[in-house]
Amino acid sequence: MQQPGRAAEIKAIGIGKSFGSFRALDNLTLDIGRGEFLTLLGPSGSGKTTFLMILAGFVQPTDGRLYSDGVDITDRPAEQRAAGMVFQGYALFPHMSVEANIAFPLKVRKKSAAEIKRRVGEMIERVGLQGHEKKLPAQLSGGQQQRVALARALVFEPGVLLLDEPFSALDKGLRGQMQAEMKRLHQETGTTFVFVTHDQSEALALSSRVAIFDHGRLLQVGAPDEVYDRPANRFVAEFLGEINMLPLKGVRNADNGAIGLCEDRAVSLRGNADTVGSNAILAIRPEYMSIAREAAAGENGIAATAIASTYLGAATRLDLTTRQGARVTVSVPNEVAAAALSKGNSVWLTWPAEKGFLLPDGG
Amino acid sequence: MKAYLSDRTGAALLMAPLLLFLVLAYAWPFLGVVKWSFTLPTPGVGQYDALLTDALVQSVFIRTLRIAAIVTIVSVAAAYAITVVWVRGSPVQRVVAEFCILVPFWISVLTRAFGWVALLSNRGLINTWLQGIGFISEPLALVRNEFGVIVGMTHFLIPFAVFPLASAMRSLDDRVLLAARGLGSSRMRTFWSVFVPMTRSGIIGSATIVFVFSLGFFVTPAILGGGRSVMVAELIYLRIFQSPDWGLGAAISVVLVLFVGALMALLFRYVRPRQLV
Repeated sequence: MQQPGRAAEIKAIGIGKSFGSFRALDNLTLDIGRGEFLTLLGPSGSGKTTFLMILAGFVQPTDGRLYSDGVDITDRPAEQRAAGMVFQGYALFPHMSVEANIAFPLKVRKKSAAEIKRRVGEMIERVGLQGHEKKLPAQLSGGQQQRVALARALVFEPGVLLLDEPFSALDKGLRGQMQAEMKRLHQETGTTFVFVTHDQSEALALSSRVAIFDHGRLLQVGAPDEVYDRPANRFVAEFLGEINMLPLKGVRNADNGAIGLCEDRAVSLRGNADTVGSNAILAIRPEYMSIAREAAAGENGIAATAIASTYLGAATRLDLTTRQGARVTVSVPNEVAAAALSKGNSVWLTWPAEKGFLLPDGG
Repeated sequence: MKAYLSDRTGAALLMAPLLLFLVLAYAWPFLGVVKWSFTLPTPGVGQYDALLTDALVQSVFIRTLRIAAIVTIVSVAAAYAITVVWVRGSPVQRVVAEFCILVPFWISVLTRAFGWVALLSNRGLINTWLQGIGFISEPLALVRNEFGVIVGMTHFLIPFAVFPLASAMRSLDDRVLLAARGLGSSRMRTFWSVFVPMTRSGIIGSATIVFVFSLGFFVTPAILGGGRSVMVAELIYLRIFQSPDWGLGAAISVVLVLFVGALMALLFRYVRPRQLV
């Protein structure tokens, strides 16, 4: 946030925020890399927005320090940090035209009229708002207002762009379009993006890294495939998408990970038994499980009965129960689902060893 | 209501007593005043001709407009500051501001006018005190002139100017102000280039209310003007009750009502009535 035009690197150390007795954010330590696209993901009240407001300078943390490019900015007011910010609901200036909205950050920086005109023109072209320059925000569609908000936040080349659930007011089709647009803007500008959402698919689709929050705590940070395939705990596993959980007994370490007993069958999986104890949970995403007539020797598999199917078009979602009564969902090709339901409904569920992971029992 | 009446019929019935009262108590008598202006003392437009040529009437109109304009500017500016504190201040500031806004409503306009006389007259508190500390040797002329009228009217009208402003400030989205600061704008600049323009409808509404009120002010100018700084309402009073010249008094009244009507029409072209409450 020091030099415009250069992506910022942000370091948060031990950040905490209390509102009275409510702890909105607790001991958060996080590095945000230069030019990365970091998503803060979590349910409402998880602390993700509070952290974004602390980054912007609108909320003062109770504890901890915040550094931008190595400079302590914890006590610096918002207007001197000059992070670009896109608000939920856009917060455009209703009394200013599209052009004037986008020119505002340049005007407060006392740029020359010629430079303002040039940069606003470039920005309007970049977000595709040509022909709307003189309109007021109220005369624009939701998607167009979104573009104005993005243009206004990027025109002064901030080191970091902060986005607070910018797509929540848009319908589904427009949302996909704006996501693609934002990804493009990220690549073109090279600026650091910090993006808040409660939509996990949006987080996985857009980000270079995802930070998952719950109850004021940062639970895990990692690349989308990392947090999806190797969640740190049950909350992260469930929040990022559907997941099957099977009770596992006699867990111990083996050559390549761990082994244990799932419904009296030996299964091997990833993870370290030392961290979970002998009784644990085996977690597998539905799309990694498949249906088979028999489990091959040495392959992970348990017996199950198909009870219901939901046609999803490209695939079918199949609900099954295991012999010991655990519910499992898998996503399989349509013809496999039809066959599974017709053959007396009794099938084997199999999955690759590296796709199953250990979670502590009850947590 | 909804069960047996349509919404529109219901609303019409609820408003009917007020409309009836306005017609009987204002519109009908006003038509009588209009009639006088064309018939007294002799039928014709003679009184309106007189309005255009009478130097006294014209100077009173000009003074009224000047006083109303000054009172409007001062009242709206002062009300703006109070309203900012009332709507956006800390809880304690809000209570204090609310008190300052509401207390004047409990004191009669007469009491307040005489209160100002007591403060501003030659042997009033302000002059005695200023002379006491040796700041002035002769008392300042603070009352029985335009200055006194402006002070008294401004004091009376500030609370009325507050409400349209408060309504505009309350409906303002805080995130827009945050956005301005996040984009690098100082608090001062955010106030002047975002906050003030966004409350424009409140400013227009507030200014119109104060200006229209000022045009017809009677008691305060009569007491604090001391007969020297006569405004239109007092002139009408004098023409009707002291020099029996009902025709001219009526003609001035009609011009005043038409002028106010035109102002209100202009206001509602720019601001919806809902934004004024």
